[in-house]
Amino acid sequence: MLSASRVWKENKLRIAPWLFLAPGIAMFSLYILLPVFQSISISLFDWDGLGEKKFIGLANYAELLHDDAFFTSLKNNVAWLVLYLLAIPAGLFVALFLNQTTRGIRIYKSMFFFPLVISQVVVGLIFSWFYDPHFGLLNTILGGVGLPTIAVLADERFVTYGVIVAGLWPQIAYCMILYLTGLNAVNSEQIEAARLDNAHGWRMLWFIILPQLKPATFIAIVVTVIGALRSFDLISVMTGGGPWGASRVLAYYMYEQAFSEYGFRMGYGAAIAVVLFAIMLVYISAFLFKMYREEKGR
Amino acid sequence: MFNAVKLGLRLTSALAVVAALAMPATGKELVINSDSSFPAIKAAFEQAIAGFEAENPDINVTFNVFDNEAYKSAIRNFLSADAPDIATWFAGNRMLPYVDAKLFAPIDDVWAANNMSDTLKSAESSVTFYDKKWAIPYTYYQWGVYYRKDIFAKLGIAVPTNWEEFKQAGETLKANNIVPMAIGTKFPWTAAGVFDYLNLRTNGYDFHMALTRGEIPWTDARVRKTMAHWQELLDANFFLENHAANSWQEALPPLVNGKAGMYLMGNFIVEPLREAGLTDETLGFFQFPVIDPAIPTAEDAPANTIHLAAKATNVEEAKKFLAYFARADVQSAMNEKMSQLPVNSKSTVANDPFLQAGFKMLSNTDGGLAQFFDRDAPAEMAKAGMEGFQEFMVKPDRLDAILDRLETVRQRVYK
Repeated sequence: MLSASRVWKENKLRIAPWLFLAPGIAMFSLYILLPVFQSISISLFDWDGLGEKKFIGLANYAELLHDDAFFTSLKNNVAWLVLYLLAIPAGLFVALFLNQTTRGIRIYKSMFFFPLVISQVVVGLIFSWFYDPHFGLLNTILGGVGLPTIAVLADERFVTYGVIVAGLWPQIAYCMILYLTGLNAVNSEQIEAARLDNAHGWRMLWFIILPQLKPATFIAIVVTVIGALRSFDLISVMTGGGPWGASRVLAYYMYEQAFSEYGFRMGYGAAIAVVLFAIMLVYISAFLFKMYREEKGR
Repeated sequence: MFNAVKLGLRLTSALAVVAALAMPATGKELVINSDSSFPAIKAAFEQAIAGFEAENPDINVTFNVFDNEAYKSAIRNFLSADAPDIATWFAGNRMLPYVDAKLFAPIDDVWAANNMSDTLKSAESSVTFYDKKWAIPYTYYQWGVYYRKDIFAKLGIAVPTNWEEFKQAGETLKANNIVPMAIGTKFPWTAAGVFDYLNLRTNGYDFHMALTRGEIPWTDARVRKTMAHWQELLDANFFLENHAANSWQEALPPLVNGKAGMYLMGNFIVEPLREAGLTDETLGFFQFPVIDPAIPTAEDAPANTIHLAAKATNVEEAKKFLAYFARADVQSAMNEKMSQLPVNSKSTVANDPFLQAGFKMLSNTDGGLAQFFDRDAPAEMAKAGMEGFQEFMVKPDRLDAILDRLETVRQRVYK
């Protein structure tokens, strides 16, 4: 007869890791994996969240293909993804600029850090006022130099870029913090050595500093891409997806279709979420693959 | 997002439990969920509930107030998961999803026992579906044109009663560097108000209702006629510039400081305008002018309602409350506090020039009372419509594309 304690003793090394992993696996399955599969299954139904679910196969996805609003959102998502990455070089240069020891440098650092501390809602409000066509600073300046005023948030050509600029403000601060910490860890002996070899300026940055900042760059790319793909709060605060849906991104469109005052098309919303998930999956797989390769290489 | 909504629901139900525990458990209970987060409306509800408790000392009322935007998604959860006895909502098709999902209960017995088909007649059709009554309407308000009386007097403009006079009034205002109409379409329901009136005046109530019920294609020539009238106003630069950047509140200052002359809005505009300094001498109200004299005038007059939840636990008490809420004296007192109009025909209207004007206008309306675009049309159609109207106001040359899009949505929504 196998007693429990004997099983434990003989398989301790095999069981213990799973015991430690169990809480994490349980939470991850319950809150991440299960909802993913739930969303995929809901996306095959026509459901208003209240009444009967009606199975309609891939009809939601077929409808997406003919939905201009969906493609506008997709296009805006791409714009977010590309332009948001500007936060990384911008953050790097602010960090390089602030990485010096002058009197009061801590005050400057905290001022650059400020937009990350305040809520995204406040950032959105500040920029809404900045862009306001009647009293906003932007148009006061434009008017001052004799240029025509632009209602950034009411113009379908500019609105997405206007919101992205607002999003870049805190995102640059985020990247700056990552690089500032990274710069602290830069090996001063290597810099000395490079100096002796007559490296300075761009060559010093490109060949000596940047390679040492690789971990910081990696994290900066990760958080920036994720931040761009899940952009939602600024759009909600600043434009509500408008004018006429010109500033929507997939996450916002999904919310509108599934949960907003005039939405409640759960199936269609879920289909949008699945598309967004697929896009993220490409990126996440690349990320995991890279991690795996590096771990293995060690 | 789903998780956030669920968490919110759990928090609200947790709060409700705490509230329930805090109550002494004497006699009967009644739970009311309401979106009355605006101070005046909350006060009116509290006053009415206090009156009900005084008349029924054995009933203990629990009154849960939600933020009025959050309520619109919360109601879906609490009606199916953790139902109150009574919930506030809106008249018209807006209640249909809950009627169809069997989350509201019919209350024909309450209507019959209290002769409501007589007292609440004006709103009866907006709470009747499948030949049953689903709500008690307790308040409504008029829409119309609010204008600067003093500016009109100074420039010698008479209150316009027809389309030509209306456009002429706009020309005179423009000649004096005043924008004819202020509007903010950042939240595009305001543009739907313009559409409602142009369509009601161009094609009449029955057509407007058939259109919002999905029986008429958006590409119909009669819709185009409405849009052509709108186009006339756009061509004449009738509206505030950059309106898509501003909410309706942000479009109030131009009216207050005399840079705009008129504002098409519901009667709730009066309170903020008074707070901003306009008085009964400087602010006036007129009925939206007639476009086609052959068509009887119809108005937008949205009504708010209370409903019996299908999963209510205290049905008897709830029905008592519904009957109480329909009473003339209760509606008079509540609406005086809210600055709105009582639905009960035996109620008295508060002594306020705008309420009196609205009451007079609506009492003489032969065409019919619409509930507003986003309550008459189902949610998805309303959303697409309002966005389309907003786009049309900025890019009128896209009219064909917009109407085609709305037609596509119509064919999907009403099938």
